[in-house]
Amino acid sequence: MWQSTVDYLTLDLLGLGGHLGASINFFIYDTIKIWFLLISIIFVVSYLRTHFNTEYVRAHLQGKSELYGNVLAALFGIITPFCSCSAIPLFLGFIQARIPIGVTFSFLISSPMNNEIAIALLFGLFGWKVTAIYIGFGLVVAIVGGFVIGKLGMEKYVLMDVKPMEGELEEVKISLTMKERAKEAYEYTADIFKQIYLYVLIGVGVGAIIHGYIPATFIAQYAGADNPFAVLVAVIMGIPMYSNAAGVMPLVEVLTQKGMLLGTALSFMMAVTALSLPEAMILKKILHTKLIAIFFGIVGFGIICIGYLFNFIL
Amino acid sequence: MKIEVLGTGCKKCIELEMIVKQAIAKSGKFVQLEKVEDIMKIMEYQVVSTPGLVINGEVVSTGKVLSVDEVLAYITK
Repeated sequence: MWQSTVDYLTLDLLGLGGHLGASINFFIYDTIKIWFLLISIIFVVSYLRTHFNTEYVRAHLQGKSELYGNVLAALFGIITPFCSCSAIPLFLGFIQARIPIGVTFSFLISSPMNNEIAIALLFGLFGWKVTAIYIGFGLVVAIVGGFVIGKLGMEKYVLMDVKPMEGELEEVKISLTMKERAKEAYEYTADIFKQIYLYVLIGVGVGAIIHGYIPATFIAQYAGADNPFAVLVAVIMGIPMYSNAAGVMPLVEVLTQKGMLLGTALSFMMAVTALSLPEAMILKKILHTKLIAIFFGIVGFGIICIGYLFNFIL
Repeated sequence: MKIEVLGTGCKKCIELEMIVKQAIAKSGKFVQLEKVEDIMKIMEYQVVSTPGLVINGEVVSTGKVLSVDEVLAYITK
């Protein structure tokens, strides 16, 4: 229905056809659709997350066995907010609660990867199937990656000496009324939207130009099945783009329409969200470079495997 | 009354500190404000997501930037 409205507007009312028409049509349709989905999904996620916070997660991860802890930490990562600025208190706080380092990493991988902006964009651009695949495999990377890091005995590379606490943490209670939760979710949604709407606009704008002007063969040649290094290059390119996930994802959608393989696209998007340079710089204050390199290496390797696996299957 | 803002220097922590200052000015009360940047001290409060807000030694909020009115409500309570 929305598509036909936009068609009417661009074709009949403005009389735009050809390349320009296709680009403008795509731009209006995609921008409004993504904005709408972003607002609704972020609102729902931030409403649900008023039931959890990082302190709550910590109390629930305390004393869990290793593999179970990894799974639980990765799942918590979906719902809890993550800001790279809290990476240090989070990391040290988890050690303080005697949570194994591997479990902490499972959370640190899953939380930014499954952030609400990425999920909303994926859902809006690629539909629920690709979103489910992204979340599912993202969880696998987080669980396995965290488990492997835990097995490597990396505790000695934590540069700050944290005294483990005695006994158990108190149960964290968050008591809010429904109205307070809705208010908090609304404020959070407005805040996030203000930060990213321009990136979405630019991302969709550039995507619209590609959509209208650049032939599919051009992209397929570089990012399609013929290029065996496409996944690798995509992951490396994704690392410096963390803050621009909102602008990058609309572009990726257009690229897949033009012949980029889905596995390559998935790897790229996971690299954008899970491997973030600013987060690495912050963690460098408390972690040895070696541990950060291993963290990036394992996650990067996992993401690349997923990319090739998908390109091979699909 | 003593208010502490817990934060290691991130953008949100600075925002919260500004908001607390405004709330204090609005309340007209005498309040001692301290910015706690030492991570070990932050952890003593069992806070793992910054910014945190502590009033008279009690943690009232973690991981978010409150509005001036919300902070004001805590001060005048």
